[in-house]
Parts: sequence; C-alpha cells; structure tokens
Amino acid sequence: MEPTIVLNREDIRRTLGRMAHEIIETNKDLLKIIMIGMRTRGVPMANRLAANIKAFENAQIPVGVLDFSLYRDDLGSRDLQPVVKSTSIPSGIDGKIIILVDDVLFTGRSSRAAMDALIDLGRPSAIKLAVLVDRGHRELPIRADYVGKNIPSARDEEVQVKLTETDGLDEVSIYKKIESGK
Amino acid sequence: MKENYPQDMHQPETISWHRKHLLDIDDFSISEYDLVIKTAGVMGGILSRPIKKVPALRGRTIATLFYEPSTRTRSSFELAAKYLSADVVNLAASSSSITKGESLIDTLHTLEAMGVEIIIMRHPLAGACHLAARHAKSSIINAGDGGHAHPTQALLDMYTILKHKPAIAGLNIVILGDSRHSRVARSNIWGLTAMGASVTLCGPRSLLPIGLTPRHPLYSKIKLETDILRALEGADVVMALRMQKERQAAGLIPDIREYVSQFRLTSDRLAVAKPDALVMHPGPVNEDIEISFEVASGSQSLITEQVSNGLAVRMAVLYLISGGSKE
Repeated sequence: MEPTIVLNREDIRRTLGRMAHEIIETNKDLLKIIMIGMRTRGVPMANRLAANIKAFENAQIPVGVLDFSLYRDDLGSRDLQPVVKSTSIPSGIDGKIIILVDDVLFTGRSSRAAMDALIDLGRPSAIKLAVLVDRGHRELPIRADYVGKNIPSARDEEVQVKLTETDGLDEVSIYKKIESGK
Repeated sequence: MKENYPQDMHQPETISWHRKHLLDIDDFSISEYDLVIKTAGVMGGILSRPIKKVPALRGRTIATLFYEPSTRTRSSFELAAKYLSADVVNLAASSSSITKGESLIDTLHTLEAMGVEIIIMRHPLAGACHLAARHAKSSIINAGDGGHAHPTQALLDMYTILKHKPAIAGLNIVILGDSRHSRVARSNIWGLTAMGASVTLCGPRSLLPIGLTPRHPLYSKIKLETDILRALEGADVVMALRMQKERQAAGLIPDIREYVSQFRLTSDRLAVAKPDALVMHPGPVNEDIEISFEVASGSQSLITEQVSNGLAVRMAVLYLISGGSKE
C-alpha cells in the first residue's frame, strides 16, 4: 500500500509555528526554557521550534540533544543493542523548564526513557513534552503538552516523519506495515 | 520488494556487533574498533556526570574471575559494570575453591548456575580464556591470558591516543621494553597496525618477540630496533612496558641495571621523539626502571588518563557484549 501523506512541507512549517506560539503563551519566563531534542528527529524539530521562538519573541532558547538508548526498557530483550550516541545538554538543567521534543508520540516508552535520562542529569523545575504527531496507542500514562497533529492510527500502521535535516524533505505520512515474516 | 517501504521508524539504529565473547582483537574489523571507540566516548560522558550510573545492564550479573593479581583491570571492570547497573561478584583464585582444586571449567559452570551471564577472566596461561569460551554458556571477556592477549588494554590505549591525535593511521608508535612477554604489546600491535600505524618494538634482543617468521601476518608490519634513540626518533607515541619480573625466570637480561642504563625512558631520550609525543604505560609502573619518574609524571604522560579511559572502554565493551547476538 502506498503511503498517504498527512502533512506536507507547508503544513509542517505552520504546525511548528503554532507550537512555538503555544510554548511562548504557556511559559511566562522564556529564559528558563531549555529545548531538548530526542534523537534522531526530535533534534531538528527542537532547533526549528527554538528558531521560531527567536523570530517571534527574540528570545534565545538553548537547544540540547538527548540520547536515551541506555535507558530503554527493551535492552536485553532485543537481539541487537541500539548504537549509543552522545548527549549534549547546554548548561545545567537544575531549576530549568525542559521541553522534550520528539517527532512521534506512540507508546510513551521513549518519553519515559528520556525523562529518566534527564532526571539523572539534574532536577529541572518542570519537564514538558512537545511532539509533531500524536498517533495514540499509549502503553504508559504519558501525554504531550504541545501536539502538532493528532493522527489516529491502527497498530499495524506506521507513521513516518521525514525532516529535511535528516531525510532531505519535510513530510509526514502513514502507511500499512508489511509483516516481514516476523 | 521490501526495500520500497521505509524502515520501521520506531526502532533505533542497532549496532552491528556479533561477538558473544571478547577473547582477542586479532580478528577485529576497522568498524568494530570504531564502534568500541565511539561507544566509549559516550560512556566517558557518563563518567563526567554527578550521577555516574545508567540502567543499561540492570538485572544482569557479571563475575570477575582472576587467577592472577590485578588492581586496575579488575577494579576498572567492576566499576564499569556497576556504573551500568549490573550486579558484580568478584572471585580471586587465592580466596576461592580454586585453592581446593576446583577446575576452571567447574568454576565456570558454578558461576553460570548462579546466573552469571558475563565472566571477566584473567589467567596466567595463554589460551585459558579461549578454553573457557568453548565450555561456557556465558560470555567470556579476556582480561589478560598469560603472554597472549589483553584486548581491553589495547582498546583503551587506542581510545586514549585518539583523544589526542586525529587518527591512528600514519602515527609512528614505539613500544619500549619487554614486548616478548607482554600481552599488552601483542594486543596493541594487532590493533595499532590494523588502524594503520607503523609500530616499532624496541628493547634488548632477548626481550623482543621470537618466532616472528616472514610468514607471520605481523612480520611485515612491525620493525624491531635495539637502539632506543634510533627507535624514538620522530615517534608520535611511546608506550613503555612493565618489566615483567614474574615472567622472567629464564634470566633473559643479565642485569636490571644494564637494562635501565640502555632502555629506561628518560627526558633526554624522549627529546628525540616529536615534541608533542604522547607517553603511555599500561601500569603498574616499576618506578625508575622502564620509565623515569620525571617522564612518568611529566606533561606528555597520559598514564593516569589511561586509567580513566579504561573505565569508559570497559563500559563500552560490557554494553556491546551484553547485546551481542548469541552465537
């Protein structure tokens, strides 16, 4: 089955603009915010949200990168380990408002791992979650504070986010997963 | 047909590591070296945090089984395992049933029956870890077997060099001292030559490796030199080795003072190497025998950094081994 395009380049641009406005609206003190992208596609998204906030309010939001692979709950149950990559968080996170940024919110397990990884780095005053797509099917009591688009999906469907920085184009699509004999 | 569909986006990029055991690095590919070194870089980041603990190996049990004394390797592996949240049990031959005559294989099976999944082993006999791996259900990590191999030491030495030099390829590396009895030298030679360094072994003729016939895969890759100044000239890295008194029953050097006068790494001798040459030593140092106190504690010395890097490399190895596919 051919993938169906849910958001195109223009939609993604407008959505990230709206999300930046929501972040500005709900956070009185923008200088306390650190935007943290969850590898891989959360990173360019975090950069774009920070650039939007800079354009709208002229506030410079620091952006960090979080690799949470050592905190995954499926280590050891998988045949192969994930590649661990570096985490780089600008300045300390104590007392800061952390906005965790990810492309797709699905089971909530990645967000759980990311929060555990963050809490090992310090004690932020709050952690918020911003996602481009919420596709449902949560397995943990986790919700996003800023959602680009709710895309109701079936479990056997796959929601794919492509961003220019990582994939060469901006596009969100949905397609049926092909069972590869698994 | 499957290629037409994008890959599962929710699965992280997974490592291409297929080793169940780490026995030697003589068959490592460049991409395996790169993976260990890159992973160690991330682990090094964890070590600089206020909370040095990640849950990656939570619920895993690891044993250290040392038939030879060790301070840094054993404690470094133990801490590496603990920083990854594994449970660790330490066995030293001197204080265990081994003194009652329990065989190596029986000891392994006993540990496995208690749920140990990774066994870090040091043994005075070359090949002991390979033997253990043939009989073990658990993963075996060689922490030094006789004069044969010490893979994690070579990996940490390579990681240390790469923290100071952009690449290993093209470096002139001198391994100074008793390379004949040294498993550290042997493992480093495999690793460094695979990465493209040119390696010179320097020492008295009786302490240079014997049995390197032209047919040996390393024969064309290393130089042997008995004159320390000729060896050190233009060197980028100097690794001094420990004089292994316990492996020199045969009296291969007539007198330790003669060795010191000809081969000790002193600042005068180091001066003929490149001005930014790195000085390394796997430890423990015999003070003022293979290396002068001045050089060992000087600005070019990375000896203490090697110890901290060893922790990061061993965390990387434990993480990779624990996910390696079951052979």
